[in-house]
Amino acid sequence: MATLADFRAEKPNWCPGCGDFTVLAALQKAAANIGLEPEDMVTVSGVGCSGKISQYMGSYGFHSLHGRSIPVATAVKLSNTDLTVVAAGGDGDGYGIGIGHFIHALRRNIDITYIVMDNHIYGLTTGQTSPTSDKGTKTKTAPDGSTDEPVHPLQMAIMAGCGYVAQGYSGNLKQLTELIEGGMKHKGFSLINIYSPCVTFNKVNTYDFYKQTLVNVDEDPSYDKTDRFAAIKKIEECDEHLTGLLYHSTEKLPYHEANSNFPSTPVVKADINLDQENWGKLIAQFK
Amino acid sequence: MSKDLGWKVGGAQGEGIESTGDIFALSLFRLGYYVSTYRHFMSLIKGGHTNGKVRVTTENKGHHGDDLHILLAFDQETINFNFHELVDGGFLIYDTSIKNVEVPENDKVNIVPVPLTDIAKEAGSTIMKNMVSIGATAAIIGLTPDDFRSVLTDRFGSKGDDVVESNIQAMQKGYDYYKANFSNHIELPARPALRPERLFISGNEATSIGAIAGGARFLSQYPITPATEVMYQMVKNFPKLGGAVVQAEDEIAAVMMAIGANYTGARALTATSGPGFSLMMEALGLSGISETPLVIIDVMRAGPSTGLPTKTEQSDLYTIMYGSHGEIPRIVLTPRNVEEVFYFTKEAFNLAEKYQCPVIVATDLFMGMNKWTVESLDFDKLQNNRGNFASQEYLDSLEKGEYKRFDVTAENGISVRTIPGMKNGRFVAMGNESDEVGVEMEEAELRVKQMDKRAKKLVGFDDIVGASYVGAENAELLLVDFGSTSGIQREVYEALVEEGVSVGHLSLARVLPFPTADVAPYINAAKKILVTELNSTGQLAQQLKQFVGGHEKFESFLKYSGDPLLVREVLAKAKDVAASLKKEVTL
Ligand SMILES: Cc1ncc(C[n+]2csc(CCOP(=O)(O)OP(=O)(O)O)c2C)c(N)n1
Ligand code: SF4
Repeated sequence: MATLADFRAEKPNWCPGCGDFTVLAALQKAAANIGLEPEDMVTVSGVGCSGKISQYMGSYGFHSLHGRSIPVATAVKLSNTDLTVVAAGGDGDGYGIGIGHFIHALRRNIDITYIVMDNHIYGLTTGQTSPTSDKGTKTKTAPDGSTDEPVHPLQMAIMAGCGYVAQGYSGNLKQLTELIEGGMKHKGFSLINIYSPCVTFNKVNTYDFYKQTLVNVDEDPSYDKTDRFAAIKKIEECDEHLTGLLYHSTEKLPYHEANSNFPSTPVVKADINLDQENWGKLIAQFK
Repeated sequence: MSKDLGWKVGGAQGEGIESTGDIFALSLFRLGYYVSTYRHFMSLIKGGHTNGKVRVTTENKGHHGDDLHILLAFDQETINFNFHELVDGGFLIYDTSIKNVEVPENDKVNIVPVPLTDIAKEAGSTIMKNMVSIGATAAIIGLTPDDFRSVLTDRFGSKGDDVVESNIQAMQKGYDYYKANFSNHIELPARPALRPERLFISGNEATSIGAIAGGARFLSQYPITPATEVMYQMVKNFPKLGGAVVQAEDEIAAVMMAIGANYTGARALTATSGPGFSLMMEALGLSGISETPLVIIDVMRAGPSTGLPTKTEQSDLYTIMYGSHGEIPRIVLTPRNVEEVFYFTKEAFNLAEKYQCPVIVATDLFMGMNKWTVESLDFDKLQNNRGNFASQEYLDSLEKGEYKRFDVTAENGISVRTIPGMKNGRFVAMGNESDEVGVEMEEAELRVKQMDKRAKKLVGFDDIVGASYVGAENAELLLVDFGSTSGIQREVYEALVEEGVSVGHLSLARVLPFPTADVAPYINAAKKILVTELNSTGQLAQQLKQFVGGHEKFESFLKYSGDPLLVREVLAKAKDVAASLKKEVTL
């Protein structure tokens, strides 16, 4: 069986203190805890500091295009349903350029785990406003403070029917690992939004800031994870400053099971050569 | 006896014009004729003029022909737009229930007024006016309603025998009406011996079954005219073969999914047309640098932007050859007839895996949305080859971490590929430049090595012959084209030969790697070169000048109205060019 060491690849070159280190560690631990073999897992990322995670994760990987991790991850899963597939990237990547793909993967309920390292800023391009930046945030591109309404990924995911919606924080490796593990085990699309501070460009949403503001619903026995509306209410009450598994439902089948035309054996195992009989049937339509 | 027959049905969109054309065309195909079709339609669902032309011949022709012998008009617009195409001795069949119908004066055309709608009503339903009109056609060309029975049975049989019978009855009534009131007719050429292995198939259908034969088992696509039909075929056929179709949310997702599926080891494609292809540009580069196989079908239509969505053009040439930032190896195939559409699409999957790069197969609306007769497709040619794939034994023989996905010393630049699930074969496919094991890097020396590795793949590429030539050795006038216009050009060529012109016909089947060696001897030998293409800037001619030279010899015939070529218009231009050659000689 694979060990944690098997999920380690390149040494990360994130800035010292970057929240993404903890995300990587949690992902590696979760994979090892579940008992995955590195070759049976694929980590697909977009572009950004966070997007480099696919190179650091010892699984198979695809460091794709800015905002495009989800369609790649979708196809990896649908081509080989035996694989465990994680898509990962930043808030700019996922909720800016890639938000369309996010919503559609939710609608389809593709069985992948989506990890967003949400630092409320564009890191790799050195500090511009991101779709999750709070109103009033001052950045290089919004020197007087952003006036755009931020996107609300947790609420969006719940409303779009996502069966596993969680939020973690880079200051809590243990909880984060559990949340990712849960997401990987969930059959269907799972979103784990992670507050992952950018220590270089974001001086507002710091570790200290989160330490002071975050409410952990996992520690609240009265919180009902299966109630969509309670989840949305709680998220709004906390102004999104909360962590834990916020909503969980196993009602919906993942795309490849819900869709009756979808092959039951992985597509990659289909015979690519036609036999005479199938060939005959194929061309009979044109006679 | 005519050498071939041009038949056209026209009316308002939504009036069953397409099915009327299909029934006529398929029936004549089943009688043993070669049939080429052309659908004229607009980017509307109801209303607007639409027509379908069918050309019936005893030899394989690559297009629907300039001439029209029988025009079947369901409305006044059909008469207005198409009457002039009728040859002397041709027939106009029109519905006398059209109010205030005006028929141009022309005593060389047989005018056949038939109360189509009334007869159909009598036979059971006004929708059967198309059957009545086919019946009248049958009477003109010496066929009987029975000759259409097998197609009607296939089409309506599931609705019950009585539906088939009432359609035959309607046809019979049209037939009888003609016989009772008119006497002129056109004799069809003798029926060729039946060749059951022939197929009657559109370019898009040929693309689809070519992909299936080529091992494609994953399609991600976003609907767009004229490429959507590719998806219909896959939806129909993939489930039985263990394949999957995803209707993506847009073309960016579609192409990224195709890349993801190929990375995972499935043979995957996406199909689109110009606007969608433009959206795929960034991904094209990703396929190139990450060395992930990818097949894209571009069914070209008239641009720019959304341009003329239902009209044909060959104006994506620069885009398919050069689109996407940066430099990558790519293969671009331009099949010239529907057989080649099948074989090239099939082969595209072998090539994509052999060279681990994107392969674009460019057809167009003209080829894609019309139906053609093809000779049998050869089952024995359908074996697939997966290229440089790692075996698990090979990976097991390596030390952990020793496997190099992007090994720069690999022969011809083609390194060993693994897919997820294979032990000890882990790598990260990257859009960023990477080192040999797939770790991001920016060092100058390694960068150059990786660029050179990728560029090496296609040096000496000869998997698909780049061009074909017919004509005299050292012909003075050379006709050049690529893709779907080749069949029309062949007729232009034949007409010029008949007139004693020293002429050759060169047609390109691929544009990347540019087939310089295949075309240069002919370009160099010719005195004048006439390049015919469906775009306004002469994109193919520019390529020939760039790769071969001979700038002063080039002339172009360019058409960008959205309509397909006519033999007569190219022929007129070619004769002018031939005449200028003569003048030069006498000077
Ligand atoms: C099509 C495209 N546009 C722009 C960029 C430039 N770009 C790279 S990363 C990035 C944003 C990164 O922000 P985020 O996704 O939040 O990730 P972070 O770096 O903060 O982890 C941008 C705009 C790109 N690579 N591709
Ligand atoms: S710039 Fe910010 S997000 Fe990027 S590595 Fe540094 S700390 Fe992390």
